[in-house]
Amino acid sequence: MHPILGTILQRLLLGLITLFFVSLIIFSAIEFLPGDFTQAVLGQAATEETVAAFRRELGLDQPAYLRYFNWVGSVMTGDLGTSFSGRAASGVDRSRAVIDLIAPRLWNTLFLAGMAGIVAVPLALFLGVTAALYRNTMYDRTVNAATLTTISFPEFFVAYLLILFFASLWPVFPSLANVNVDTPFMERIYKCALPALTLTLVIVAHMMRMTRAAIINLLASPYIEMAKLKGVSRARVILRHALPNAWAPIATVIAFNLAYLVVGVVVVEVVFVYPGIGQLMVDAVTTRDIPVVQACALIFAATYIILNLIADIIGIVTNPRLLHPR
Amino acid sequence: MTTDNPKGQKGDVLLEMKNITIDGFSDEKWHPIIKGVDLTLKRGEVMGLIGESGAGKSTLGLAAMGFARPGCKITGGSIDFDGHDLINATEDELRALWGTRIAYVAQSAAASFNPAHRLLDQTVESTLDASLQTSDAAQSDARELYASLQLPDPDNIGDRYPHQVSGGQLQRMMTAMAMSSRPDLIIFDEPTTALDVTTQVEVLVAMRDIVERFNTAAIYITHDLAVVAQMADFIKVLRYGEEVEEAETRKMLSAPTEDYTKSLWSVRALEKPENISDDTVLEVKNVDAAYAGTVKVLHDVNIKIARGTTVAVVGESGSGKSTTARVITGLLPPLTGETLFNGEPLPPALKDRSKDQLQRIQMIYQMADTAMNPRQTVAEIIGRPLEFYHGLRGRKKQDRILELLDMIELDQTFYDRLPSELSGGQKQRVCIARALAAEPEVIICDEVTSALDQIVQEGILRLLLRLQKEFNITYLFITHDIAVVQAISDEIVVMYQGGVVEQGPKSVVMSPPYPDYTQLLLSSVPEMDPDWLSNLVDGRE
Repeated sequence: MHPILGTILQRLLLGLITLFFVSLIIFSAIEFLPGDFTQAVLGQAATEETVAAFRRELGLDQPAYLRYFNWVGSVMTGDLGTSFSGRAASGVDRSRAVIDLIAPRLWNTLFLAGMAGIVAVPLALFLGVTAALYRNTMYDRTVNAATLTTISFPEFFVAYLLILFFASLWPVFPSLANVNVDTPFMERIYKCALPALTLTLVIVAHMMRMTRAAIINLLASPYIEMAKLKGVSRARVILRHALPNAWAPIATVIAFNLAYLVVGVVVVEVVFVYPGIGQLMVDAVTTRDIPVVQACALIFAATYIILNLIADIIGIVTNPRLLHPR
Repeated sequence: MTTDNPKGQKGDVLLEMKNITIDGFSDEKWHPIIKGVDLTLKRGEVMGLIGESGAGKSTLGLAAMGFARPGCKITGGSIDFDGHDLINATEDELRALWGTRIAYVAQSAAASFNPAHRLLDQTVESTLDASLQTSDAAQSDARELYASLQLPDPDNIGDRYPHQVSGGQLQRMMTAMAMSSRPDLIIFDEPTTALDVTTQVEVLVAMRDIVERFNTAAIYITHDLAVVAQMADFIKVLRYGEEVEEAETRKMLSAPTEDYTKSLWSVRALEKPENISDDTVLEVKNVDAAYAGTVKVLHDVNIKIARGTTVAVVGESGSGKSTTARVITGLLPPLTGETLFNGEPLPPALKDRSKDQLQRIQMIYQMADTAMNPRQTVAEIIGRPLEFYHGLRGRKKQDRILELLDMIELDQTFYDRLPSELSGGQKQRVCIARALAAEPEVIICDEVTSALDQIVQEGILRLLLRLQKEFNITYLFITHDIAVVQAISDEIVVMYQGGVVEQGPKSVVMSPPYPDYTQLLLSSVPEMDPDWLSNLVDGRE
């Protein structure tokens, strides 16, 4: 077996262990939330008996460790549980499976993240490489200043500016990104244009600057000087000699930003009224709908772990010392 | 492939540099590095460029390509390379010459090959970029070059990555890379400095033969006069950016006119009367050791070190010299065997040793740069062991630091300086003071002079000898430099592939009969004789 496969398997295992610890943290964090679903639904006026009966029905009367193991046990069989909302003390159960609540929202989020990522990552790489190539020129300074400006404004501000210009003054895109399951693909792209653009503007700076820095950092290496003295052109020095050695730090930053696109965009969702998973989680926290909160948190954690794992693997396979051991 | 690249006759002037001045930027201002040097090189000629570090050899060598490193600029003079004015050439014009007509062989081949690409691709890169040959033709030519440079498995070695071949092989690989486009001129910038003597010989032979075969002109930069004597037709000596003298190689060696040139091989003049004693202070007994428990690097190593003497451990890289030092200091607990100190076994691992045991064995490293915290002043660096081992503080500590500075021949102004403000030799002196501060019985010196040039080396060795006399310190001196061994050792341990080949007094080890490996090692040390390499090659065949 290639030693790389061993390393990858090892990282996967570590990822699973991390996920296990994260599940512990999520569960205990929710335990510390004041109040619970019964109080949120029944309100202040409820008698102690009704609250107790409702708690018993939801299983909230059981000790914490039992609830934790029940939860982890069912998650491992693929069952994220049933949402609390829709249940009432009356005994009428209109609740839905957590998976049914989350799936369409997650798809929306991934769609938006994918759209922003497909634009932002190549753009950031291109800007980073060219800025390194023409470093300390007018071009370099302009790119740096522009990306720094967009990252310095709060996301909602960027979003409202885009709405002002592209939805109001010059109405080419809709200001609301209200999609649902039946929205056709092209219309979806059209509706998501402004939120995707907002996110692109927010994440490009970080990736672009890291690409530029990683390449420039390598330009002092003896092998870059050697390449120059071999008569290799400036563009080829960057693309052929510097970039292949710079993937590891770049991949890490890309993974970080892609993860952010999935887990950190609730503000943008709110501005554009986009039905993503971020809003779902915020709503679930307000109503103490614990199964949904837990599922969302777990998905977020898994996103981070998986993307970082991929960045790690890219770092390994682009390092010839690891890919081709002696 | 040289057909479309018309070469002139041997004897035509190829490169002419006149009154070159180069400035370097440091301490916030520009300083002259090269102060008006002339250089003329004819086709097919090899010039040796020699001087200590900081003399401006590399800067001048690179200027011959019309290149100045960042932080340097060529401020005056003229460079004419075969009709091209390199001073006023544009970047594109220079690039058209580099890699095709002028090639560069760098000092550290390991750092100068791109880790991400296969060696063959890098070898033919310039040739292909300039469309001098088709890819297939260039690659098969490269394989032939590998073969003529005596690289193992020349048909397939190019498919490897730089980290998969040894340093000596990489250095030859780089010569093949320079040769791929059949340039008119190759600049060799200290190409064998990082290699040990036995490897150096192979690389020198390979480089000399191939330069001769293709009638390539070359500038060979080095600080080792004995090495350049084997390669060059004539030698130019540089000092402080100025020419000291230039002469035909044989003439230079037999009758250097300048005192400075003579001083360049002064270490070879240093000798120490042999001191043999039976009072064993440190003994390594039957030690086997391995890294990460897999590859065994030491087999049954036995070394005895007598008090107040210098035991030199010699051998090529990978022979286990430094590993032995790591075992003695406890950095690498051995698999079997033990280290006895004054007859008592030392705990194998560093963390199990008492403060007292730690204090008695100190270490000095090859790279003084990386062995000091760059953000600590000299006083902090020397003061740390004073505090740690002897509990000195305040006034007492300060006095002792000044005393130690005096011992290493540095004045009080060094007290508050940072390592970055010191020269290579001064840094190594501070490291010596730090080891002395602990008041040890044994100091392990791991290649402490390898990174220094001859004159500085001599100063450090004299200092070590003086300290030994004054404080009866025992040295375990690890080196691959036989000249250094001659200069300071009482006893010699020869190591090869993780085992001890022989141990004995210097007078015995350094005189015949030799075991095979000792013979190879001793015969590989370049001598101040231009025919030495040729004779050696003839003798070995």
